[in-house]
Amino acid sequence: MRRRVIGLETEYGVSFTLGGQRRLSTDEVARHMFRHVVAWGRSSSVFLENGARLYLDVGAHPEYATPECATPLEAVVHERAGDRIVHDLAVRTGEALAAEGIRGEVRVFRNNTDSAGNSYGSHENYLVDRAGDFGRITSGLVPFLVTRQVFAGAGKLLRGPGGTEYVLSQRAEHVWEGVSSATTRSRPLINTRDEPHADAERFRRLHVIVGDSNMSDYACWLRLATTDLVVRMLEERAAFAAPELADPAVAIRDVSRDLSGRGPVRLTSGRTPTALDVQELYLVAVERFVAARHSDDELAEHALGEWRFVLAALREDPMRLERQLDWVAKLRLLEAYRARHDLPADDPRLALVDLAYHDLDPRRGLHHLLVREGRMQRLVDDAAVADAMEHPPRRTRAALRGRFLAAARRAGRDVTVDWVHLKLNEQAQRTVLCKDPLVWQDERVDRLIDAL
Amino acid sequence: MAGTERVSRSGDVPRDDDVVVAEAAAPARELLDGVEDLLDEIDEVLEDNAEEFVRGYVQKGGE
Repeated sequence: MRRRVIGLETEYGVSFTLGGQRRLSTDEVARHMFRHVVAWGRSSSVFLENGARLYLDVGAHPEYATPECATPLEAVVHERAGDRIVHDLAVRTGEALAAEGIRGEVRVFRNNTDSAGNSYGSHENYLVDRAGDFGRITSGLVPFLVTRQVFAGAGKLLRGPGGTEYVLSQRAEHVWEGVSSATTRSRPLINTRDEPHADAERFRRLHVIVGDSNMSDYACWLRLATTDLVVRMLEERAAFAAPELADPAVAIRDVSRDLSGRGPVRLTSGRTPTALDVQELYLVAVERFVAARHSDDELAEHALGEWRFVLAALREDPMRLERQLDWVAKLRLLEAYRARHDLPADDPRLALVDLAYHDLDPRRGLHHLLVREGRMQRLVDDAAVADAMEHPPRRTRAALRGRFLAAARRAGRDVTVDWVHLKLNEQAQRTVLCKDPLVWQDERVDRLIDAL
Repeated sequence: MAGTERVSRSGDVPRDDDVVVAEAAAPARELLDGVEDLLDEIDEVLEDNAEEFVRGYVQKGGE
């Protein structure tokens, strides 16, 4: 298959508490965290030697954008590296605050909702060809995105006027339309703001913002791998009649509220297939597409096999997927914890379990606890994550950026980089533009590094 | 085979297909295997003042 790059951006939630009581606002915590970053990078946005971007986003969410990754699995490795980097930053911040006499604990969460109904995201980026029919790709993708929460959802204990209910997705309750260029107000599933961070004549960036943040390696990987395949199928204009949803915002909530995967998805035709039916439709179409055009692609075959396995398991009994899917693992924990302490559904301790599942702290986060004890299926090991904290992907543009930054540090030279530019900030003011995210070797960059 | 958990060699990155395969950190077990011990651990690490913590967990909206 033609190569592409994938990237993930994660907005994290933060808190600073003592004895459970909030001691600093999120603004203040995030600013303290970024004092280190600001002092070092002279800006609240820095690029790291592994090619990633670490920054303070609108609304004071620390955000980590992975470098350009060549495969879904590589993106998962770099997501985990980002978690470690952000967690380490939180630990140092706690120490710095303690040294100033401000006692408390910094916590960072890889989740999507807080207690006031605010939502923040896990955003996926897929590089697509400018020549493709972008409108057809995005509209064809919407029903898939609305229903993939059956395996990609992170689960949520949702409190409402009628009581407390466990739903598949953290993000589904927030207002959604199909596709839009607005970002914070109207909450599109796919954001079409066209900043490809690449040669705009050749590439576009498909920016999916509806995903839940996954703690599970497997769920994160499957989410990316399946979405990537669906996008490719649409991009290559394989024969496929995408269903059309009557109302994506309603459908995404209906799907979220039915843990069996049989939440109805109303189509414009009037039919109401279940979420699993819609997923099956996409799976069959992608299987056909891969068999016809890319039958030698092992990664695609593997992803299809896992997707088929998961959908079959979801049809039979979703709870069998407790080692793979975040929403199932978390539900198991909630049920067991609730039974032990005989708690009502709206007990704050259950809401805390829901949140603690997403805590990045390896000693306190519940997902981390499960992983440590071999209770979750892992896809990436500690060595790979440690490597990704320091080193960029080897076969994308990130390799050039990472090499340049490392060389600049060793040489003690002042440089500025972004996704496209590598700049030596001195008399010569030399800049190299890297406009192709797929290119990892470049003589111009070699020469720039020699000049350091 | 689909659904089979892969236990394989350690984190070498094969040059050709950028795939990293995981070495199992611990032998695979069911999520709730030895559930009482698991729940004990959760009780230990969970924040004491749940109500306060949850109520105070307020972020701003992101993208």
